[in-house]
Amino acid sequence: MFLDYFNYWIVVFLMMAGFYIVIAHDNLIKKIVGLNIFQASVFVLYISFGKITGGTAPIIAEGFSVYSNPLPHVLILTAIVVGVATTALGLALVVRINEAYGTIEDDEIHKADEEED
Amino acid sequence: MRSYLVLRVVSKLLMPFILLFALYVQFHGDFGPGGGFQAGVIFASAFILYALIFGVKDAGAVLPRGILRFGIAMGVLLYAGVGVFNLLVGGNFLDYNVMAKDPTLGQHLGIWLVELGVGLTVASVMVTIFFTFAGHRDRPQ
Amino acid sequence: MAITVIAIVKIRNLFAVVMLGSIFSLLAAAMFVVLDAVDVAFTEASVGAGISTVLALGTLALTTDREKKPMHTKLVPLCVVFLTGAALIYGTLDLAPFGSKNAPVHTHVGPTYLAEAQEKTTVPNVVTAVLASYRGYDTLGEVTVIFTAGIGVILLLGNWRRERDSGDDQNA
Repeated sequence: MFLDYFNYWIVVFLMMAGFYIVIAHDNLIKKIVGLNIFQASVFVLYISFGKITGGTAPIIAEGFSVYSNPLPHVLILTAIVVGVATTALGLALVVRINEAYGTIEDDEIHKADEEED
Repeated sequence: MRSYLVLRVVSKLLMPFILLFALYVQFHGDFGPGGGFQAGVIFASAFILYALIFGVKDAGAVLPRGILRFGIAMGVLLYAGVGVFNLLVGGNFLDYNVMAKDPTLGQHLGIWLVELGVGLTVASVMVTIFFTFAGHRDRPQ
Repeated sequence: MAITVIAIVKIRNLFAVVMLGSIFSLLAAAMFVVLDAVDVAFTEASVGAGISTVLALGTLALTTDREKKPMHTKLVPLCVVFLTGAALIYGTLDLAPFGSKNAPVHTHVGPTYLAEAQEKTTVPNVVTAVLASYRGYDTLGEVTVIFTAGIGVILLLGNWRRERDSGDDQNA
């Protein structure tokens, strides 16, 4: 049973590590990298759902009969591209925040906001 | 980076191959792995390489802002245009069966056009984002 | 991949963190190839290890280089992470074993697409056929998302050939 589920547990560990980076670290760029890690591990989880042992890539060709399920591939392709769009916008926001506050640490930004009020 | 001779020569040699590979991935997306997104990103990476070695100003002369913005909008317009064309000809939105006399030929044509639109938009957006990041100057506080 | 992630959590030099993130994306792409997802591996390698890294390095060049030392201990986030992880692992026990043919994901439309895509669209790559034809509407939404991201970055960071001494925002 361990071998059956080992794949999923490693992915859960990666997901939790990415999640920890997002909520525990204050530096904004590190948070965005953590978000990317979280997304990539979720993708690995989905693709591993679609894999059939003994199958091959879902491109119809002579000589193959068992193919892995193409549906998760399509979803994840869209998700990867949306993820990179989010990352690009997030990084642009980080640059602007740095220009406005002079720092990219979360707690210093909060302090600067509270002092203004 | 302009002074490193090896980098300049190698990148100038590599750029056509990268662009060719991007076009190969775009048009062979039907028969092997590939398709619009991958081809768009590889196409953009050729220009990003050029900008890294030769500077954003020179790269901006190769691909001026106007062409990039035209590319960004044109891809989405192409995609949606295919859908609306299908509506006008008589089928459903994005139903490629009505695009040609033979349904399978219509499907193939529709997929080809749609992937072209996707590749165009992705390439233009990636290049634009990189040029925007690289050309941004710190505003005086 | 686990070692890379632990290193990212610990290291405070941001350049190293970005590079390790790129290595993580590349390892994920290798995993995808092992799991028979060649299109996805292609996209993840080019986008994750390429574009994301380049943009993050650009952001680093425009901001700082190191992370500051944490001021307080991170007990609450650690507890939240452990609880969520435990809940997820409890959830995975219900899943079908890795690689089995009877998983619910294989029952509905997946085999239909595999069987019919070649005849209906004359395109052997089933992923492209599904992406562009069967689920074409979703792909239209995706292209719109990329379009919006591009417009957003242009709005946020301004013209990329703005001269140094012009003070105001010039419109696109």
